[in-house]
Amino acid sequence: MSRPSDHIESPAPSKKDDGVAQPKLTVVGYLRFFWRQLTSMRTAMFLLLLLAIAAVPGSLFPQRSSDPNGVTLYFTNNPSTAPVLDKLQLFDVYTSAWFSAIYLLLFISLIGCVIPRTIYHARALMSAPPKTPARLERLGAFSAFEIEAGETDAAGVPLTAAAAVETGRAVLRKGGYRVKLFDGRGPSGSEFSVSAERGYLRETGNLVFHIALIGILISVGIGGGVGYTGQKVLVVGQAFANVRLTFDSFTPGRFFSDSELQPYRLVLNKFTTKYEQTNLNAYGQPIDYKANVTTYDAAGKPTKAVIKVNDPLNIGGNEIYLLGNGYAPSITVRNPAGKIVYSEPVPFLPQNANLLSLGIVKVPDGLSSQLGMRAFFYPTAAVNAAGDLASTYPDLRNPMLSLVVYKGDLGINAGVPKSVYALDTDKMTELAGPGAASGKMALRLKPGETAQIPGGLGSITFDNKAPASDKTDVAKSVSRFASLDVHRDPAKGWVLFFALCVLGGLLTSLFIPRRRIWIKAVELADGRLRLEYAGLARGEDPALDAAVTAIARRHSQQLGLRLMS
Amino acid sequence: MTTATLASYSLTVIYSAMGVYLFAFIAFTLDLAKRSSEIPVAAVVSEARVGKMSRAGGTATLERAPVVVPVGRKSSRFERVAFALTILGWVLHVFGTVLRGVAAGRVPWANMFEFSLTASAIIVGVFVVVQLWQNLMFLGAYITGFSLIILGFGTVGFYVNVVPLPPALQSYWLVIHVFVATLGTAFFAIGAGLSLVQLIQTRREANRFSGLKFLDTMPDAGSLETLAYRVIVIGFIFWTFTLMAGAIWAEHAWGRYWGWDTKEVWTFIIWTLFAGYLHARATRGWRGSRSAYLAIVGFGAVMFNFTIVNLFFKGLHTYSGL
Repeated sequence: MSRPSDHIESPAPSKKDDGVAQPKLTVVGYLRFFWRQLTSMRTAMFLLLLLAIAAVPGSLFPQRSSDPNGVTLYFTNNPSTAPVLDKLQLFDVYTSAWFSAIYLLLFISLIGCVIPRTIYHARALMSAPPKTPARLERLGAFSAFEIEAGETDAAGVPLTAAAAVETGRAVLRKGGYRVKLFDGRGPSGSEFSVSAERGYLRETGNLVFHIALIGILISVGIGGGVGYTGQKVLVVGQAFANVRLTFDSFTPGRFFSDSELQPYRLVLNKFTTKYEQTNLNAYGQPIDYKANVTTYDAAGKPTKAVIKVNDPLNIGGNEIYLLGNGYAPSITVRNPAGKIVYSEPVPFLPQNANLLSLGIVKVPDGLSSQLGMRAFFYPTAAVNAAGDLASTYPDLRNPMLSLVVYKGDLGINAGVPKSVYALDTDKMTELAGPGAASGKMALRLKPGETAQIPGGLGSITFDNKAPASDKTDVAKSVSRFASLDVHRDPAKGWVLFFALCVLGGLLTSLFIPRRRIWIKAVELADGRLRLEYAGLARGEDPALDAAVTAIARRHSQQLGLRLMS
Repeated sequence: MTTATLASYSLTVIYSAMGVYLFAFIAFTLDLAKRSSEIPVAAVVSEARVGKMSRAGGTATLERAPVVVPVGRKSSRFERVAFALTILGWVLHVFGTVLRGVAAGRVPWANMFEFSLTASAIIVGVFVVVQLWQNLMFLGAYITGFSLIILGFGTVGFYVNVVPLPPALQSYWLVIHVFVATLGTAFFAIGAGLSLVQLIQTRREANRFSGLKFLDTMPDAGSLETLAYRVIVIGFIFWTFTLMAGAIWAEHAWGRYWGWDTKEVWTFIIWTLFAGYLHARATRGWRGSRSAYLAIVGFGAVMFNFTIVNLFFKGLHTYSGL
């Protein structure tokens, strides 16, 4: 936008081979040349379209930022092409060097345009409307009227050119125009004219729009730099403190410091779900998730709150979102002597709409061998036609746990962190499950049931979490977990502010007309008076003719005359 | 009445609307054919005359601005019939869509089927309302044909029974964000239609070929470009608002206002394309046909976003219900 948006660049000069000696450019000259090129409208246009095209691959390939699992899967499925694509940063398109280069160039180009235009506009705001053109009839919107000699105005005073223009000035001023009077001699007699301009807000809006875009970019950058996001899985009854180490995963911005974490504690008291039961087309579809929590500030003062999917909790400069949930069956493992060596609620990852869930249990110590379990949980277990277990409803109606048990080396002794959601069975022997040498099938447990681990390693219990008073209530037999996202983005408000400026600037720059209007009064030789009205618009102005006509009408009314075409 | 009964009534009304649109489409096409046999009437351009101002009576008549569409052309019977049918079809269409909303007990745009109903209703609605401002009857065949295709795909390919809203969609932003996106789509659709006619008109003006005589009854390429620009500007504002409302909603529901989800990516691409279109008119070499192509590509991206991205791309906006 190095020129006004309504400016149309003149056609490119034709190339001639007449050997015009081009001036030799100095270093500064070249710099100036490239700066001109970069800030030209055509370059901006090109960069804008390039940006649109460059954004496309980000929707074709999985992105690490939004779909990390998809990237892993892509690597597994396309082992030969994936590394090449990765080199081209196609899995991180929006932070890639080439995407960044395009938008940074675009914004530099933008800044290079906004600055001179702001200066130009500031000058225009302070200067008076320009001199009236000599030949108004050349302008698009033009009309002229003649008044017979000796005509009087509304007060009965004979009408003069100067008086008519003075009235015109008042009319225009009332219409919100900035005005300036001119007088002189034209070809047909003395001329008096008023030059008027309005709609400076159009350019102001245009500048606000473009500056606000820069504002958004800067705010997003700052917000990403000083903010952070953290994830925490909480089983009902568990608590978490806003300390970096308690998060399951934590992504700080580049300039983040731990002092930003405000001290508070949060306990998940209850998690309620509601599933559709009457509409058979949507049977079992979730309708509502609700997490009841209690928060404790630094002084330990408790506050009760509710977090829902579209209703995050605001606390200590954080927003806490409810992004996922599932079951966390409680599993207790005892050694042959009956001593508890493992007892924990294990969050299981939901695999489908009926919440068939997959969980991993690792028991590193306390038994004669390390123990690993890959478990499926069925909230409402049923046997399908093929004889396999399946879940038919997401709520707890017939909860069942099916465990494939391994013994051997869990591969965690080296101290290398391993995912809690993956079990490496390379160095393990299957004790129970489809691959067990003994032929022992996977262990199936209902809440409260216990099974012996094959090989006399000990026992596994699927704990019933229902209250002691009502152990038969299966709906309460398994705990749920909520997966919470904790975000802090201190620049968020600024992004919103600039976004609103973008919208406001857009509206004013597109709908406020910028026009110049002139009223000229010429004293003709025979004593008649000729009144000319003309208008000129900058940019789109479908209502210019109507505006000129309206001014002429209002002016004539003020003069006490009627228009006759 | 039960939800299922209401939903089936809604579908019946929609089918009726499609039938009426079909006849409107035929009539609009016949009108286009008939335009070829018309003797074009030159546009009346007001001459600059000097009027008079006086104290004596007389009526205050002022010269009007020249009109863009050739005046003097009387609308053909086919055109009037087609427009009447369009309005009838539209009333049925809106009624059917509202019935669907009543059946579901919420706004009728929560899955692809419902979105097809609402989007096409708004496209036709904007087309009808725009006639008050400017005679764009020559786009009738395009608009009714286009809406028929959307409704056809919607009812045959995307139909789903009424189901309750999942928790993520339970927000008043569903009402605002999606509705404004639809409005923007409608204006882009009309803009693309105008640009398409502009391209044909430009080629015709350049080659002076005498075929497609009905084009004589339509505005010249320059006027079409101006009209398309005015329509697309409105679409662009709605689209900007959609993008912002979407960001605010995403911030509420997903904890971030922008995450380059596939749908967000395409909304951004569309915004950038139309931002380019707005600048094209002030750029050397981009006025005329090139900007028209840009408008058509932009609308193509909108359609891509609605169909391919919804159905085949992985992302958080998986609300097609299919």
